[in-house]
Amino acid sequence: MAANSSKTPVALVTGFLGSGKTTLLTRLLLHPDMGETAVIVNELGEVAIDHHLLLRRVDERTVLLRSGCVCCSLRGDLADELRDLLGKRARGEIPHFRRVVVETTGLADPAPILYTLVSEPVVKHHFHLERVIATVDAVHGLRGSESIKQVVAADRLVVTKIDLADAGDLERRLRRLNPTAEILEASFGEIEPGALFGGTERDLRHLSFDEHTHHDGVRACCLVFDEPLDWTAFGIWLTMLLQSRGQDVLRVKGLLDVGGPGPLVLNGVQHVIHPPVHLDAWSDEDRRSRIVFIGRGFVEEQLAASLAAFNRAAQ
Amino acid sequence: MCALCGELLEEHWAEREGGRRARVLRVGLLNRVLGHYRLRLEDWSGRVYVLRDRKGHATVVENLGALWAEAERLAGRPLDPLDPELVRTLGR
Repeated sequence: MAANSSKTPVALVTGFLGSGKTTLLTRLLLHPDMGETAVIVNELGEVAIDHHLLLRRVDERTVLLRSGCVCCSLRGDLADELRDLLGKRARGEIPHFRRVVVETTGLADPAPILYTLVSEPVVKHHFHLERVIATVDAVHGLRGSESIKQVVAADRLVVTKIDLADAGDLERRLRRLNPTAEILEASFGEIEPGALFGGTERDLRHLSFDEHTHHDGVRACCLVFDEPLDWTAFGIWLTMLLQSRGQDVLRVKGLLDVGGPGPLVLNGVQHVIHPPVHLDAWSDEDRRSRIVFIGRGFVEEQLAASLAAFNRAAQ
Repeated sequence: MCALCGELLEEHWAEREGGRRARVLRVGLLNRVLGHYRLRLEDWSGRVYVLRDRKGHATVVENLGALWAEAERLAGRPLDPLDPELVRTLGR
């Protein structure tokens, strides 16, 4: 991840209405480790923060691009705010900040925010997505398609209000829906920043998948390839797949053997694919490529046979 | 960056590596796929692609992100990488 070392990390906190993200954020920002954090929220006044933090409010303003693709809409409000923070920090007009936390509205689809971070020319050169954190409350659980999109986009899932309801069943459902995310629990928003922002991502090689389909038709599956994948063939295959079945692909995450000394890490939410990152080395001898798909209507064997055919055609 | 809106971006995620050699290989493999739909792709100066059908229609596309929507338009039908016929064709 060396390419991101000079960029300011941006963490996205999402979660359905009333799922406890504001409480989580409020408690989190009181922690001494969370100093030098700029916070961008939609609702000013709800987040009680210490004076050393920067708090900015944005009015959600989404610019639909000419492709008409909703997930690839630019959040102009967010881009403006990030550029403004950048300029003021450079001129010394505001206190220095090391991290930006963006709290979304409860109904927000995370994809346009991620698209803004990876595509807006100024923003993408100065900021990088650190992590997507989604709150889900143990009382109401998953609520509707937006809630599912938020959970599927997340790298960390925080189950809140565990003092009010048993979270066991919900956590099993979340694990099936998004096996790639770490699940944490919080009561009254109490959580250590290190648990959210530190640590590594779940190793795709150690995840388990089952045949269970969520009630919205969403399920996760993992393709495993013994032979190295041709990166050119993979790029052609995935872009074609996202064009033809993009509405059904909510998340793609991969650890690919493309013939280099280390794996290539792939991460995408809906149509938004982050720039792939090469790691220096594999962590052990298992170098099989793994690609996790979360979405609707997949037949795992069809995906695997199709990608294998593209890969063979490139040999 | 977006697989569909790649045309708006400086560099598509799938085309960032490998330089000229990768581009030549990419065009070769794309033509195996597009040939199934009676389409043909040419590299133009290493910067954009020209996509043609057999009736003489042609369009310029900037990268992989923009290619598939144009290919569907020229072919007059969806292009699905899971299509068993396409998978069989590529496997030959």
